[in-house]
Amino acid sequence: MPASHRTRQVLRYLPVLPAAVLLLVFLAGPVLWAFHASLTNAGLTGRHARNPEWVGLDNYQRLLQDPVLPLSLALTVLFVAGSAILGQNVLGLALAVLMRRARPVVSATVGTAVVAAWVLPEIVAAFAAYAFFSRDGTLNQLLGRLGVPETDWLYTVPMAAVILANVWRGTAFSMLVYRSALSGVPGELTEAAQMDGAGAWQRLAFITLPVIRGSIATNLMLVTLQTLAVFTLIWVMTAGGPANGSTTLPVMAYQEAFKFGDIGYGTAVATVLILIGAVFGAAYLRLLREQRP
Amino acid sequence: MTARNVLARSTWVDVALLLTGACFLLPLLWLVLGSVDPSAGHAVKVPQQPGLDNFAAVLTPELLFRPLWNSLLLSAGTGLVTLAAAVLAAYPLSRYRSRFTTPFMYGILFGTCLPITAIMVPVYGLFVQLRLLDSLPATVLFLAATSLPMAIWMTRNFMDAVPLALEEAAWVDGASRLAGLRSIVLPLVGPGLGVVFIFVFIQAWGNFFVPFVLLLSEGRQPAAVSIFSFFGQHGAVAYGQLAAFSILYSVPVLALYAIVARGSGNSLALSGAVRG
Repeated sequence: MPASHRTRQVLRYLPVLPAAVLLLVFLAGPVLWAFHASLTNAGLTGRHARNPEWVGLDNYQRLLQDPVLPLSLALTVLFVAGSAILGQNVLGLALAVLMRRARPVVSATVGTAVVAAWVLPEIVAAFAAYAFFSRDGTLNQLLGRLGVPETDWLYTVPMAAVILANVWRGTAFSMLVYRSALSGVPGELTEAAQMDGAGAWQRLAFITLPVIRGSIATNLMLVTLQTLAVFTLIWVMTAGGPANGSTTLPVMAYQEAFKFGDIGYGTAVATVLILIGAVFGAAYLRLLREQRP
Repeated sequence: MTARNVLARSTWVDVALLLTGACFLLPLLWLVLGSVDPSAGHAVKVPQQPGLDNFAAVLTPELLFRPLWNSLLLSAGTGLVTLAAAVLAAYPLSRYRSRFTTPFMYGILFGTCLPITAIMVPVYGLFVQLRLLDSLPATVLFLAATSLPMAIWMTRNFMDAVPLALEEAAWVDGASRLAGLRSIVLPLVGPGLGVVFIFVFIQAWGNFFVPFVLLLSEGRQPAAVSIFSFFGQHGAVAYGQLAAFSILYSVPVLALYAIVARGSGNSLALSGAVRG
């Protein structure tokens, strides 16, 4: 009977319920709530905390006029492009390629060093990076040996410091992705090319990279999404300063909501970030579908 | 290519790699040296009188044990909730096909793409409205929700690898679906579930931003947050103690990662993340 068949169908999927409820309440809920709250003047404390008023698109109008927004967007793009797309991605690929041609013990040792920065808790990595770049930190000590005058990196070039720190912290992910991708490249292909007289660079450019292009695209998408969300590293190293010089979108959203107590406005900033993430997420899913045979 | 040529090239590669590896270790050097240097600052230096004073100084219930206990509650709770929900959800998604399965799987994969830091402001607002702020169980549930999409994908991949024929044999013998899951599938995917649990645990243990926003009272904060107040509020920062605390706080996740990596952990975990 169709009715009982349907009942059975529903009962079969009953165990999905706890997971579905958790996802709806704690992930989908906040996203929907963000759209709503960004249209109110909800505050952290005081009158507007308990009874937020509907203000329509005021927050977004204010956001469009806020001089920090273009700066923050530009810094976010710089951070993602510099540390994820260029830094982590290229360095991760280079490491993975070199590791296949190095002695196993070297490759294992270096792999452990790179992964260590990645496995450490976020906040510990952030402290270590802060100490490394601070005025009397390790970097200045090393450069001092070479005769370079002492610089306060976190104040003079905050973005360069957080970009380098994020490369240090995140390269392991790309390295692991590319190591697994490269081990899937058929050896006959590169050997045949070698027989035909192709040099190492040619083999990399015309054989290896085209074969793993799916992994490259996926990795680019994932490191972009991860880097878009980085907060702790920047917060500990520079707190977004000096003079908003390293205020990426997550830092801006946090400051508006929690430092200045304007939840409504902070949520509007967060909504912009959610939309950017959603665009990349949709592109990522599309990519995965295309890769599936 | 001559043998000498191979050797030369390999040495060049080795040197380049070792230099890069050294760059990656440099920032960590400060942590290790500073932790055993009673007069540590930002600078890396070999301690003149190395000792365990810094460790002794932070080994107090208030500074170390309570935050670590909170971290344990938070991470183990998150791991257990995630694992239970993921196993329940993954079983039907692996065993039955319906037109909802694929959209659901891609829907939750899309969920993993949302920047968690962007969600924290609205989550804070939601927690205020629901009066869940400063509640450890509610924070556990939120952390579980954030790690669920990945956990469901990984768990389903593991279950897909268990042949359905094994359960069918049990059903013929009169076992229920639940009994089939418990006595056939779970033992076979056990190691995989261990990997999922450890990964969720490591993520929750290292998470700073979520408890930073959602847990307000000092008595409930995990080490990730208490270490930050250590850094910011004690006036002159005791760098040596900060380094010692950082090491004690990091050791559990380093050990857990080593356990996973020893197996085929790396490729296993990433196959869930990357290949989808």
